Amino acid sequence: MTIPNEIQITPELIEAHGLKPDEYERILALIGREPSFTELGIFSAMWNEHCSYKSSKKWLRTLPTEGPQVIQGPGENAGVVDIGDGDCVVFKMESHNHPSYIEPYQGAATGMGGILRDVFTMGARPIAAMNALRFGEPDHAKTRHLVAGVVAGIGGYGNSFGVPTVGGEVEFDARYNGNCLVNAFAAGLAKTDAIFYSKAEGVGLPVVYLGAKTGRDGVGGATMASAEFDEMIEEKRPTVQVGDPFTEKCLLEASLELMASGAVIAIQDMGAAGLTCSAVEMGAKGDLGVELNLDMVPVREENMSAYEMMLSESQERMLMVLRPEMEAEAKAIFVKWGLDFAIVGKTTDDLRFRIFHGGDLVADLPIKELGDEAPEYDRPWRETGLYSPLPAQNIEEPEDYGDALLALLGSANNSSRRWVYEQYDTLIQGNSLQLPGGDAGVVRVDGHPSKALAFSSDVTPRYCEADPYEGGKQAVAECWRNITATGAEPLASTDNLNFGNPERPEIMGQLVKAIEGIGDACTTLRFPIVSGNVSLYNETNGEAILPTPTIAGVGLIPDWSHMATIGGAKVGDTIVLLGGDGTHLGQSVYMRDCLGRADGPPPPVDLNVEKRNGDFVRSAIRNGQLSACHDISDGGLALCLAEMAMAADKGMKVEIDCEIAPTHGQLFGEDQARYVVTISADMANFFCMSAEGAGVPFRQIGTVGDDQLTINDLLSISIEQLRNAHESWFPDYMDRDIAQSLID
Amino acid sequence: MIAALTKISGEPPITIWQTETEIPDVDLIVIPGGFSYGDYLRCGAIAARMPVMEAVRRKAASGTRVLGVCNGFQILVEAGLLPGALMRNASLKFVCKQVQLEVANADTVFTGQYRQGEIIQCPVAHHDGNYFAESETLKQLEDNGQVVFRYANGTNPNGSVNDIAGIINKNGNVLGMMPHPENLIEAAHGGNDGYALFSAALGIAA
Repeated sequence: MTIPNEIQITPELIEAHGLKPDEYERILALIGREPSFTELGIFSAMWNEHCSYKSSKKWLRTLPTEGPQVIQGPGENAGVVDIGDGDCVVFKMESHNHPSYIEPYQGAATGMGGILRDVFTMGARPIAAMNALRFGEPDHAKTRHLVAGVVAGIGGYGNSFGVPTVGGEVEFDARYNGNCLVNAFAAGLAKTDAIFYSKAEGVGLPVVYLGAKTGRDGVGGATMASAEFDEMIEEKRPTVQVGDPFTEKCLLEASLELMASGAVIAIQDMGAAGLTCSAVEMGAKGDLGVELNLDMVPVREENMSAYEMMLSESQERMLMVLRPEMEAEAKAIFVKWGLDFAIVGKTTDDLRFRIFHGGDLVADLPIKELGDEAPEYDRPWRETGLYSPLPAQNIEEPEDYGDALLALLGSANNSSRRWVYEQYDTLIQGNSLQLPGGDAGVVRVDGHPSKALAFSSDVTPRYCEADPYEGGKQAVAECWRNITATGAEPLASTDNLNFGNPERPEIMGQLVKAIEGIGDACTTLRFPIVSGNVSLYNETNGEAILPTPTIAGVGLIPDWSHMATIGGAKVGDTIVLLGGDGTHLGQSVYMRDCLGRADGPPPPVDLNVEKRNGDFVRSAIRNGQLSACHDISDGGLALCLAEMAMAADKGMKVEIDCEIAPTHGQLFGEDQARYVVTISADMANFFCMSAEGAGVPFRQIGTVGDDQLTINDLLSISIEQLRNAHESWFPDYMDRDIAQSLID
Repeated sequence: MIAALTKISGEPPITIWQTETEIPDVDLIVIPGGFSYGDYLRCGAIAARMPVMEAVRRKAASGTRVLGVCNGFQILVEAGLLPGALMRNASLKFVCKQVQLEVANADTVFTGQYRQGEIIQCPVAHHDGNYFAESETLKQLEDNGQVVFRYANGTNPNGSVNDIAGIINKNGNVLGMMPHPENLIEAAHGGNDGYALFSAALGIAA
């Protein structure tokens, strides 16, 4: 059988679809004929890097994905983790990098929309969001425009939809000049006995289209996301979709109502490659064929071709297999919420994916092979990074410690992110217990008297560049540590792997080693990966981003009246450093921002030490011993103390012993697995004895009080001065934009 | 808002769909926040023209207490139940933060459990909270004591005229405010300064 082609399939057309000649040969061998134009589009949608994971699959399989708490690991719309009492948390992180660079507001907004849909497609009501953002250097011509647009887009969608944004990251580096990163995370709550999956069951059942109408927006988006950028980037703007958060909110309410009615057999959101991906996934998972009649698809533009309808990435749409006897009831729910509901096809028993349009058969493909037979590559790779040791003695000290600390606090990367997070609704739903600015965002579990969930998102790309294996480990360890610092038990994580072009062995090497590090860390810390996303080809004109494997995690607090915060220190409390003295300055922000260079290996992570120290801190928090807790990361002990002092609005008087190790290493070293805690003075000795018993290095370094942060005679800075430095960088930077545009 | 009302009054409020034309006899009608119709066109403009708003208008005229918070305030203004307009924030950005409010009139059914001039904490979360009214209306509002809440101590987050955060109608039974008292009613929220507004409006002891 052949399907006549009005558009001739040429090598140029094949290339324009992101398919390599050998991949096209594979298509010919698979179907035994030339594909129709629509079929070529379907293959390009299913076989691009974004949808098929063809470069990363081999390595992703090595990640630990299981544990007694895991209900659903990778492979569904989102991961599902048990939190007891019949409740579960459903979460995932996903990138929207390429669209956000082309059109920041809508790119970021639809990134939020996509990740929220992933969560509520599984029957969960979204309760928290985070986002990890990375932009080019502040002085780059596009950076302000991207920051302003991305932040407004995330806020515009998330605030209107009604989910609190409780955490995230914002970082600047010249290596993101040509490719910003927008990684969006969402988590929802569901009942463990009411989770919905995408696997279709039953032959001859109606396939129903739900939500917003289909337009031409986003046609080819997933293919665009699987290619490098060049000067022609502006031409790709039409591939970016446009978000409608109000429709998404209605779709959420309608979907949850529909699920509660018992009408849903399987459901899948339409994300990348819209109708194509969702229909193939539902059929292939259930060992069923799917037949679609595009004449029934609700459209908002005239004369759309089958090709356009199959590849449209119009937002706020879902596909569902319906219990036929429930049709009237199901339709009534969608009509009530003002959304489209159309039966557009049926499941079949012949494992074919058939598309009819205007009475003609326009595609007839083997459904299993579309997904399962996608090319998979074992791409050549080589190890990169790996610096020889760089002891702190070989790195110069600052001339003035106070100036160095103020410089770090007021730097682009360590200053307060208030300008960003005040544009996000952090309070909606009324359950937020800890807001952005601390170690992790905390949201209580609605309907439960004492439980809460902690969320954090982390990665240190400069570490990953210097040593991808250690950097991968560190991303997991820091996420785990931030969650632990609230008193939560880290349950599981999601990974968003952002890298350059995997066809280059050094980039592939970064990916391979980072995944190995992530896997080792997740195994030792019992922090399995339950969902994730890979974004490759983050390159412009051949220059790749820093390797950025973002890790976002979820932890459980059984009783939030015993959680720790960064700002709880009380006057007279003893300050205790846990986990050892700082020594490691390689790849530190001190070197980068005060000395202007990057050198040396990143701080290594001893995973067993990380676990031991974290478990100790968590039990101390749960016993109600600590008044405040903060992990030590970028900027070392000095920045950690400054952040705690500002959050508590109280001074600290700290003494370190400059004889035991170089002073700048102690103050700015970024050695891992460390925390600063405060504890009432009468409990301090007892606490330190228990630390000793647990084998956790500890040191009493000072007391809380006064209105200065004082360290030996090295520095003494008022809280107000610290705050001025910390709070002013971001608003000053963004306001310069307005001032500048008035001059221009 | 539903959770807060349930917590304070001890029972869940009745929810009413936008196309309803009757509202049962109740102690308090609340129009909560939340980007009705995506705030497309103008904030609150579409919701203000839904059938249920006719019923709200009748109830308000007969003296039922009506509270509009955030988008609810915008809807009340669009519906003509309160004067003035809510423009885009002066910063042109959405803002979510804690602000301070001065209770500018404690002699209302909503604020009777506060002291006159008391400064309370309250969070805001909005993109269009920049209250404006032309000078004649503004003068009437001020002279009649219809300005109920004012942003205090330099915390005006949106540029609203006279630091206005909330106003009441002449009859004293329809209050609109941009801040979210329902998000500050218990220890978990970091304070409970918003509680007294609801307890007063519902006739519950403070």
